[in-house]
Formats: sequence, C-alpha cells, structure tokens
Amino acid sequence: MIRFIIRRLVLLVPVFVGLTLLVFTISHVLPGDPVKLAAGPQATAEEIASLSREFGMDRPLPQQYWHYATGLLQGDWGQSVLTRRPVAADLKIYLPATLELVFAAIFLAILIGIPAGLISAMTANRWPDYLTRILSLASIAMPRFFLALVLQLIFAMSLAWLPLNGRFPIIDLPPPTITGMLTIDSLLAGDWLAFTTSCEHLLMPALAMSLSPLATITRMMRASTLDVLQQDYVLAERALGLSQSLIILKYVLRNAFSSTLTVIGLYIGWLLSGSVLVETVFDWPGIGLYATKAIVTQDFMPVMGVTLSIGFIFVLVNLVIDLLYGVINPKVRYQ
Amino acid sequence: MSPQQSAHPSRWQNWQRSLYRFRQSGLSIAGLCIVLVLLVIAVAGTWIVPFPDHITGGINTAARFKPPSSLNWFGTNELGQDVFTLVMAGARVSLIAGFGVVMIAALLGGLIGALAGYAGGWIDDVLMRLTDLMLTLPSLILAMAIAAALGAGLDNMVFAISMSWWPGFARLVRGEVIAKKEDLFVQAARALGASNSRILFRHVLPNVMSPIIIKMSLDMGFAILAVAALGFIGIGVKPPTPEWGSLLSLARGYLPDYWWTAIFPGLAIFFAVLGFNLLGDGLRDLFDPKARR
Repeated sequence: MIRFIIRRLVLLVPVFVGLTLLVFTISHVLPGDPVKLAAGPQATAEEIASLSREFGMDRPLPQQYWHYATGLLQGDWGQSVLTRRPVAADLKIYLPATLELVFAAIFLAILIGIPAGLISAMTANRWPDYLTRILSLASIAMPRFFLALVLQLIFAMSLAWLPLNGRFPIIDLPPPTITGMLTIDSLLAGDWLAFTTSCEHLLMPALAMSLSPLATITRMMRASTLDVLQQDYVLAERALGLSQSLIILKYVLRNAFSSTLTVIGLYIGWLLSGSVLVETVFDWPGIGLYATKAIVTQDFMPVMGVTLSIGFIFVLVNLVIDLLYGVINPKVRYQ
Repeated sequence: MSPQQSAHPSRWQNWQRSLYRFRQSGLSIAGLCIVLVLLVIAVAGTWIVPFPDHITGGINTAARFKPPSSLNWFGTNELGQDVFTLVMAGARVSLIAGFGVVMIAALLGGLIGALAGYAGGWIDDVLMRLTDLMLTLPSLILAMAIAAALGAGLDNMVFAISMSWWPGFARLVRGEVIAKKEDLFVQAARALGASNSRILFRHVLPNVMSPIIIKMSLDMGFAILAVAALGFIGIGVKPPTPEWGSLLSLARGYLPDYWWTAIFPGLAIFFAVLGFNLLGDGLRDLFDPKARR
C-alpha cells in the first residue's frame, strides 16, 4: 500500500511538468500582447520595451519557461502585468472562495442525491421514480447560469429570503482568516452569527452549481441500488427474513460511497472550471471571476496560475479517490 | 422465416427493430421532436419571425420593455426589439455553433486518436499523454482564454471551444481503432498490399463511425451549452448577434422588473440542450445495447 502510494506520487512529477509545459506553450502560442495592453494605447515603443524587460518577456522562450517553472517550486507564480500583484498571493485569496463553493455544491449533491436515488430505486417504475428521473434529466440540461438567475429572481429579488450576491456583507466583521473558507473559519472562531451569514450567502450559488452532480449521483445511486437488490446474496438474506431497512443499511448504502467518489472525481474539474459562470452571477470573489478579469485584459500570468492550480487539484483529487476506492472496496487491488 | 435468416438478421430487419425500440421510448421521441422543431426554426427562422429587421440590429425605442402580449409574445427588450424574434433567430446561431464545435472536435480528435491507435509505439504514447494532459486542464477557462485572445466572433468562439473538446474524441477513436486494427478484414487488406493510409481511412475508420456519431449527438447539447456559457460571460459573440447566452447576460441588468428578457432566452437554451440530450441517449441505446438498462 505504502509502496503503491509512493509510486503514484512519483508519477505525479512528469504530469505536473507536462501541465506547466502545456499551459506555458498554449499561453505563448495565442496571439495578443499583454505588455502592450497594460502599457496603454499612448505608450511609446521604449516604454513597452522597458515594461517587457521588467517582466522578463524579452528573453527567449525556453529561458522564460525555466524561470517560470523554477519560480513555481519556490512559490513564485509570476506577477500580474496589470495590477503588478504576485499571482500566488491572489490565488491564496480567491482559491478558498471557489473551493468553498465547490465543496458546498458537492455536499448538497450528496445530501440530496443519495436519498433521491434510493427512493427512486425503491419505487422503481412508479410515480416517485418517474418524477426523480425526469427531474434529473432536466437538471443535466439546465444551464447553471440560468438557474442561478432564476434562483436570484425568486429567493433574493421577489421573496427577499436570501442575499442577492457576494460572500459576506461589507459592513460586518468577517471571521479571522484561517482556511479562507468563511463557513469553516467562522465555526473555528465560534462565531455563530458569521456562520449563518456566510451560509446564507453560500446557499444559492452552491445550489446552482450542485444540480448536475446531484442528477448524476441520483442516477448512479438508483442504478446501483437496483443492481444490488437483485443480487443472490441479498435475495437470500431477504428469504431469511431480514428487513428491508437492514438490507439497505448493510448492502445498498455501501454503494453510495463508491458512486459518490466517482462523481467527485468526474465533477471536480468541471465544478472548479465552471464555477466562473455561477461566480459571475453572484459576484462571488473566486478564481473564476479572477480568471475572467485576467482573460479579458490578456494578462496571462494569472490565467496560467488559475489553469495550473485547477489542473493540480484535479490530478491530486483523482489520486486520492483512486486510493480511497481501495480502502472501501478490497476487490480493487493495487499493483 | 428460415433458421438462417433469424440467425443473421438482414440490415433492414435490424433497422426495423431499432426503429421499433426507438419508438417505444417516449423520451427519445420527445428529444427528436424538440430537435426537429429547432431545426425548422433554425432554417426558416428569418422568414417566420414577426420582426425580421430586429435580428440585424433594428430597434424600436418607442416600444421598450413591453411585457409579453399578443403582439410581442415574449415581450420586448431595452431597445424595443421583439424578444420572440431574437430567441427564434438565436436557434440558428446556437445550432450552427454547436454543430461546428462537435464537428471540429470530432475531426481533430478523431485524427489524433486514429493516428495514435493505428501507429502505436511512441507516437501513441506522445499523443495520448498530450490528450490526458488536455483533459486535466479546465476546459471552460481554456476556451475563454483562447476565444479572448482570438477576438470576438462566432467562428473564433467555435474554434476555441473545440480546442478544449477534442480529447474526448481522441480517446474514443483510439480505443475503437485499436479494437478493429487486428480484425481479419484489415489483415486481408494488408495482405493485398493496401497502404497504411488506405487501410486506416478506407477500412478501419468507416467501421468505427457509429460510436463517433453517437458521441457527436450526445455532445451536441453540451456544446450548445458551452457556446451559451461563453456568450453569457461576454467572451465570444457580441450584440447584435442574437446568441442566447449573450441575450441572457444583457437581460441580467434588467431583473427583476423585466424578467421576460431573461426567462425566454434561458428556457430556449434549456430546451435545446434537453432535446439533444434525450435524442443522444436514445441513439446510444439503439446502437450500443450494453448501455441499455
């Protein structure tokens, strides 16, 4: 087991190197001159040249890559041409906000999806099942940004039950920063009011993001439950008089873990990347909005930083999931 | 019917059986109907809409923000344009863009996957490692960055999205090609002295078309969604092109009072994606018995 983990960790090195190389290449192949844009329309050729020297963009590309890659290792993720802020410092602020959103969305998807899938399977081919299946088909087709707008329209603008946008009211005092995720920080600080406030802000964006994974978990849970209930060993247990609820507890819920893990692995990249849509609607200050701003101004260091950090998280999460599969299911053997 | 016939059903019988199965599935039929309606609107759009001049940017400031009525079914927007007209015209933009994305992605991914699977060895290794790396990159952000760098325009946006879309096709086609390349008919062609490119393009690829076409139909809905997402972010098409995502994005500023400017473009995206998803699921069930439940 330990050897397997070490082997997988070593294999991450070429993946990370490849990712940096790919992202660097793409961002330099694309047309567009960030220095020229940042210098402004009235800049002289000399000003542009000195700015480009300052950011090291006058050097040959391999040298630039080497500088960038070695910088990454030392925590230097480059600098925004426009704001002149270091990208690493910006990511430290914006990444936790997006992660909080993604975790909350996955949490909601599991919380609703597993019982929904169970109910759907238990009532297979009767109306609760039909309703769940139609709802999950619709959920996958529903654009996140449209759902986000509809939620805003109903719960913030019409009913005024939830705040319209943002993460935390400007006038209130946020909890001290530990993880950067407001819900967790406020719990750590024991600040109940800050916790409920941040949850209120989190609910609608998280719900808008969770719809697709929710539908997928529901469908997988329904399929695996139907599958398990038809297994011989379950039929045997039932013949021996075991109650339905015990069967579900003993056999069916075990599948909940693996389908949940699969969905997290499938959706983590999709959620991190797609959060930009929900962040745009709710003015949620995460990496999506950060990347959008940088993309519009063709400020490519922040874009590379966001792309790489999402790529790294994607690879790491999938490694952890591979390891967890083995923990919950001994049939999955390590080689 | 002779026993021989039942053991090897003719192509026509297969078709009839598939058609029967397809007709049995209400959801597939619903998907087909939505897609057909969309196609009709996309083709006939400019002739059947009530205010064709609004598509090209014509405005009517006297009739701003009129709620839905018998004259303006979906109301009017901030420029007095008929929202129904714009939404209908958006069908053409979305279908063309979605189809373009899927087509380019299938061609590029198919070429890379076929080359990797057929050549094997280091070519396979290099191409597939590249594909895997592309799959770990955040596709939406990548598409946004490419589209922004290339500049506004529907064609640039389609190109940008397909650049993040091809890896899925590459993986699919590689697997299919590897499965087919040792088949007897390929060996026979090789024995007859056919060149590698002839074997690949005339013998192997035609035999792996059906999974590719199924994936294309399944991806079509999500490609339309990606196009709308980029339009919503404001990268890609610019007004007056009546693109559903950008219509929705503009309407955001006029909520909650002028809700009709947002709801109808949003519903259009929803139904288009739903229709293609249902149709794609139905087609997959027809051609891939293993996926059927």
